[in-house]
Amino acid sequence: MNTIEELLKDAPKTPAQKYSAKDFQSDQDVRWCPGCGDYSILAQVQRVMPELNIMRHNMVFVSGIGCSSRFPYYMETYGFHSIHGRAPAIASGLKIARPDLQVWVATGDGDGLSIGGNHLIHMCRRNLDIKILLFNNQIYGLTKGQYSPTSEFGKVTKSTPYGSVDHPFNPLLVALGAEASFVARTLDRDPKHMQAVIKRAAEHKGTSFVEIYQNCNVFNDGAFFTWTEKDTKDDNVIFLENGKPMVFGKEKNKGIVLDGFTPKVVSLADGKHSMSDLMVHNERDTMLSFILARMSSFPDLPRPVGVVYSTERPLYEVEMSRQIQDSIKKQGEGNLEKLLNHGETWTIQ
Amino acid sequence: MAKDLKNLDDVTIRFAGDSGDGMQLTGMQFTSTTALLGNDLSTLPDYPAEIRAPAGTLFGVSGFQIHFGSTEINTPGDTCDVLVAMNPAALKVNLRSLRDGGIIIANRDGFNDKNLKLANYEKNPLEDDSLEKYQLHIVDITKLTHNTLESLGLSNKLVDRCKNFFALGMMYWMYTRPIEPTVKWIQDKFKKTPEIIEANTRVLKAGYAFGETTEIFASRYEVKPASLKPGRYRSITGNEAVAWGLIAASVKSGLDLFLGSYPITPASDILHELSKYKNFRVKTFQAEDEIAGITSAIGASYGGSIGVTTTSGPGMALKGEAMGLGVMLELPLVIVDVQRGGPSTGLPTKTEQADLLQAVYGRNSEAPIPVVAAITPADCFFAAFEAVRIAIKYMTPVILLSDGYLANGAEPWLIPDVNSLPDISPTFRTDPNGFYPYSRDEKTLSRPWAIPGTPGLEHRIGGLEKEHITGNVSYDPENHEFMVKMRQAKVDRIAEDIPLATVDGDTVGDLLVVGWGGTYGSIRTAVEAKRREGKSVSHLHLKYLNPFQKNLGEILYNFKQVLVPEINLGQLSKILRSKYLIPAVSLTKVQGLPFKSSEIENKIDELLSKA
Repeated sequence: MNTIEELLKDAPKTPAQKYSAKDFQSDQDVRWCPGCGDYSILAQVQRVMPELNIMRHNMVFVSGIGCSSRFPYYMETYGFHSIHGRAPAIASGLKIARPDLQVWVATGDGDGLSIGGNHLIHMCRRNLDIKILLFNNQIYGLTKGQYSPTSEFGKVTKSTPYGSVDHPFNPLLVALGAEASFVARTLDRDPKHMQAVIKRAAEHKGTSFVEIYQNCNVFNDGAFFTWTEKDTKDDNVIFLENGKPMVFGKEKNKGIVLDGFTPKVVSLADGKHSMSDLMVHNERDTMLSFILARMSSFPDLPRPVGVVYSTERPLYEVEMSRQIQDSIKKQGEGNLEKLLNHGETWTIQ
Repeated sequence: MAKDLKNLDDVTIRFAGDSGDGMQLTGMQFTSTTALLGNDLSTLPDYPAEIRAPAGTLFGVSGFQIHFGSTEINTPGDTCDVLVAMNPAALKVNLRSLRDGGIIIANRDGFNDKNLKLANYEKNPLEDDSLEKYQLHIVDITKLTHNTLESLGLSNKLVDRCKNFFALGMMYWMYTRPIEPTVKWIQDKFKKTPEIIEANTRVLKAGYAFGETTEIFASRYEVKPASLKPGRYRSITGNEAVAWGLIAASVKSGLDLFLGSYPITPASDILHELSKYKNFRVKTFQAEDEIAGITSAIGASYGGSIGVTTTSGPGMALKGEAMGLGVMLELPLVIVDVQRGGPSTGLPTKTEQADLLQAVYGRNSEAPIPVVAAITPADCFFAAFEAVRIAIKYMTPVILLSDGYLANGAEPWLIPDVNSLPDISPTFRTDPNGFYPYSRDEKTLSRPWAIPGTPGLEHRIGGLEKEHITGNVSYDPENHEFMVKMRQAKVDRIAEDIPLATVDGDTVGDLLVVGWGGTYGSIRTAVEAKRREGKSVSHLHLKYLNPFQKNLGEILYNFKQVLVPEINLGQLSKILRSKYLIPAVSLTKVQGLPFKSSEIENKIDELLSKA
């Protein structure tokens, strides 16, 4: 047992009685713009937390810089509002040092995919057990309205008066390309769906990456309305369910078939296709996950939301702890005197 | 013929060859055998940045210098007494460091037409009279190595790679060192390839026997053991010493050590070394970049580990913002900067002391960080330990400055008694009653270390300005100024907790030579020499660059003149001038090489003659 383990050995591990969402509200005033999608994300996270049955003192929210990164101030857990882009690296060091903690990263499209893109991809590939919530609003909000790495080509903003000539990132493809072991997408305007996805992310063992479509009503209002608003959502979103065929549409009368490697929309009403022709979602299928993530590039296809991919593979911090335990077993606990005197030494009389 | 045995006080040998010739290994072997004999010593490896630079080229020359003696040895030697040159390039590059009358041992087979051309020699220097002021010994090292190994049936390439052991054997004979320690080392090192053990051992013995039997060497030399303080010694490099000092601090404090680091010359060996000691619960994290190196360390410190990051100049530049975060968060953190030639990529394998101003001032806004500098390879152990002690006690990032010369240089080290190391006792806040993240200890001004996992202490920290005591985000003008001054006061207060500066020599006099970091050996040697001549000169070597020791001003004012030699354009002298308003004289050298003590002696003479 090291000093920290000794220090915390009597600390309770599970709540004596179930927390409420209110238990996760800190005493700080929330300072996002009225109407911001961030409010919904905060509310859903606070609603999911009691379900996890983990003590507040064992949870840490780490963030970088940006509107999204104010998140930790509002959570009655341990919180760390750091510097631009570095939250995944700080979270990694913390998780490696303290595998006993549940560590979350709150980030945005600028913080996580631009200045901090390198840290984000490396955390995914290492598969530390850390949960990333990436608030994607396709704009820089805190700096008052420049285009972001997820803004669409041609986007007119303060820094691109003639339209952006940057090709945007697809966050799901970034996470899949970096081999995140859990990749999902959810919507700020769909509280139930978001809660379900966040719960899945929390329970996943490994790096969970959740992209949240988040409306910035001041600088990029309506960027996701096609997929989040009542009248358009049903025909433009496919809610992924593991093991279920891919059906969508207000009347549940459309589906997705695979033509070669290309997904296509078919009608279930014209008699040419039936349920059995449709693609069936399989969260563990890595090939399928890329096809699903890629669908966002095609305006004719609905956008998949939900858990795109989920698999298990070795956890970085667990492997490291195992090496340490093995080494102690083999060589015994480190002895400083032995270390300083090992190898070639000589004595002067 | 009976060989004449001469006694010498000290000798400097330089082994030089292609970077693939094994000169570093040869030098290291000579060093450990010499240490075993009880000589004091100091070494300087000098190798190219290219891993295997093209053979025979001037830029591909790799050298290793060892200075050993029966007296106190503080530097690797200004000039060498012996130069072992495996090829013309090695001769050309290193001849300027050989003293007049010094010995050259040249490998004749290396001086072929191709190599002569690559080294820009029009004529073979071994065959004209250009080397007549030296004692030139031409030995067919390659050919003799091949002859020795004829019967083993090894490939030519393998045989060629044994020739450094022939040179080593000759030097062992010439300086009356035993070959056994190296034979044992060969057996350990190559235990999986018995034919290599056989080949290297045979060649080593052949080199030794060659010295004994041939008539080209008239003399051999003896260097008696030095009168070192009694006790158990080992040889240690600066990078090893940093790693072990950090481990010692981890053991003493009972805290796990976490290293977040990105490989960079010449600091990577600290990462390599620490990654071995898993049974000390050391966690080494090879990060994706320099920034992740330091920020992961900050994350680990936040969790209650000793967070450390190691780097060199370019990496220091990248870590600047995160150091500022560390200042704001007031968490323990150690940043080790093994300085190298710069700016930019500069001279990765060469030494420099030009990151001092970066360490003391190089961050946005008012971001005071304590700075500790190691002065010898072995001192890196104590400096690293001290950096951790300060970091934990004062809840602050601490910068430890080493340099390429200390990092790779080795010296005998009297192994310290583990029980004699100072205590490091971290305290963690556990009581939620009256807990405020930015309340302060009255004495140290440090804030509580409240780690996640502690019930009832849930709180938020970050890079935004903190309100005094509560730690809440605050944009209040008076609070900001108060906190800026508070962070400065906390660092200044460390001066109360470090030993007073002490002067080597008289505490009043005509001239004080003030150095810091890796110039210790050269300055000490120079000042000692001048004091023996009766000159009124003393030496002060600074290990604490921020804050300074509180008696520094008083010491400086007791001398008529102050000389500050540095491997930069005068960075410490700038600070001393501005802080103490003294006309410090700066002596600078920025060649990627340490000072020769003669360079400092000349400056001392110049200043004293003017006075």
